[in-house]
Amino acid sequence: MGDVTLFGVAGAVLAGLGVYGLIASPQPLRKILALNVLGTGVFLLFGVVARRGAAAGLGADPVPQALVITGIVVAFAATALAVALTLALTRAAGSASLESDAPAVGEDPGPPR
Amino acid sequence: MPFVADLATPGGALLVLAIAVPAIGVLAAFALGSRHAARIAIAVVAAGFALAVAVAARVLADGAPLVYVLGNWRPPLGVALRADGLAAVMMLVTTVVLFFVALFARADFATPAGVRDARAPLVFWTMLLAILAALNVCFLAGDLFTLYVALELLTFAAVPLVALDGSAETLRAALRYLLFALAGSLLYLAGTALLYGAYGTLDIALLAGRARADAATTVAAALMTAGLLAKTALFPLHLWLPPAHAGAPAAASAVLSGLVVKGSYFIVLRLWLDALPAVITPAAAQFIGALGAAAIVFGSAVAIAQPRLKLMVAYSTVAQIGYLFLLFPLAVGLAHPEATAITGGMLQVASHATAKAAMFMAAGLVYAALGHDRVADLTGVARTLPITVAAFALSGIALIGLPPAGGFVAKWLLLSAALATAQWWWAVVIVVGGLLTACYVFGVLGRTLATVDPPPPRGAVTRGREAVVLGLAIVATVLGFAAFAPVDLVQVGRPPVAGVPR
Repeated sequence: MGDVTLFGVAGAVLAGLGVYGLIASPQPLRKILALNVLGTGVFLLFGVVARRGAAAGLGADPVPQALVITGIVVAFAATALAVALTLALTRAAGSASLESDAPAVGEDPGPPR
Repeated sequence: MPFVADLATPGGALLVLAIAVPAIGVLAAFALGSRHAARIAIAVVAAGFALAVAVAARVLADGAPLVYVLGNWRPPLGVALRADGLAAVMMLVTTVVLFFVALFARADFATPAGVRDARAPLVFWTMLLAILAALNVCFLAGDLFTLYVALELLTFAAVPLVALDGSAETLRAALRYLLFALAGSLLYLAGTALLYGAYGTLDIALLAGRARADAATTVAAALMTAGLLAKTALFPLHLWLPPAHAGAPAAASAVLSGLVVKGSYFIVLRLWLDALPAVITPAAAQFIGALGAAAIVFGSAVAIAQPRLKLMVAYSTVAQIGYLFLLFPLAVGLAHPEATAITGGMLQVASHATAKAAMFMAAGLVYAALGHDRVADLTGVARTLPITVAAFALSGIALIGLPPAGGFVAKWLLLSAALATAQWWWAVVIVVGGLLTACYVFGVLGRTLATVDPPPPRGAVTRGREAVVLGLAIVATVLGFAAFAPVDLVQVGRPPVAGVPR
């Protein structure tokens, strides 16, 4: 029981740190890292659930471990996409800031079509 | 407790095809290159429509959901695909809208002559098919983890569409959209972990039988709902939507605004009405309804003030999403009017999907003709683009909710549900929202109908593209006649409400 509680609390702390970082840090790269910290917390939660074996009363439940592998793959793909977008933004705008210089009313910064 | 839903039904293979055909289409379009991608996409969307019709016919004939059990592994260990009336309606709406958008987009995303492969067309057509595949997974998935995968697929397909032109402004909008969406899906995933820990299953039908209103389940429901609201862009989590939807090319905006936000909304619907009905309290339903009401008032007011047409249409989406969430206070925890509210809500989904897609495409044609979309300078456009302005007017009528459009019947059903349950405050919101919508729609229409010399330029807008937009706007209008259908497809497979004959 002790290790389940410990890992559960660790997962909750990681998730909390991730949410804080996502909201508090302005740079996209830090937000992406914060998302990964949040994700790690959630994955740890799946590990705790597997360990508790709530489903069948077993020592460990394989289903959450299968789910978490899918989750990790998805998170990896998401991180790659986010980093690629950040790089493209840096190349196009000169900085990766998310603060948009709001399009002025007079000029015409509209879409291409 | 016996679950008939665990057994595959005849015709269940249709559900596999509905997901596999667009997925194969993505691969084929990617492998053959942008020169063939448009043709593949249109063929696959047409096939998707045929499959949706087949599923709907089957569901109607059986009067029960279609089920397919993957690999014959039954839930809770296995994964089931289910198509009830709600899913069938959503599949039909999605394929109809995608078909019109694909016809419209042929001119914008054609591969130029002399080029073997072009980036923007290839991305657009493959992502269009990926959105069809992801949305069909959203509608058909029978368990909460498959829905998580569907959510992520939808995000990965939608984000590139925002940044198709590669400008700094759209890349910024795409990145902000992605960050919102990823945070939302991780919150959703945390909720599924808690639910699995509590009940040992993520199957929606099994959860409905097991879920109790304890602390873990309530926290899980709150986390999942918050995550889904961020992806649906319900006020106050709508910040990412206007720049993303207004900056994308018109065809992409039509898909993003009309369909993609409905994917995550549909999962909220599944979660609240199907998976955890025992956990959702009337107070929670009132709260989410209040967010919807705030979205209607705020989104409409900001839309009125927008100087640019596409931004106005995008803020209108923020407002119209609010209407979708009025379904919950009218359907949760109250036995009697559930049927009316759900039918009204789904009709609002269909009406907004068709009308908003048509409106974004009409705005795109106006932009193509004039080279700008400043609302103040739209005077006289009706003279040069009469068909486009007619399409804009028809879709505007559907959004306001005037007869005979689908939006009218949708709001009528929601209004009668509000009055039948003695919740007059929602009726006030519905009426006020309609008036505010009328303000910005008629504001634009009035300008376009003004007489000016010389008439504004026509650009390269062909009659064929105008006709496609008008076609979709007409679909939004005739949706109102769905009210006269002899059977209510939406209600097939809904759990019977005690004491209310169906």
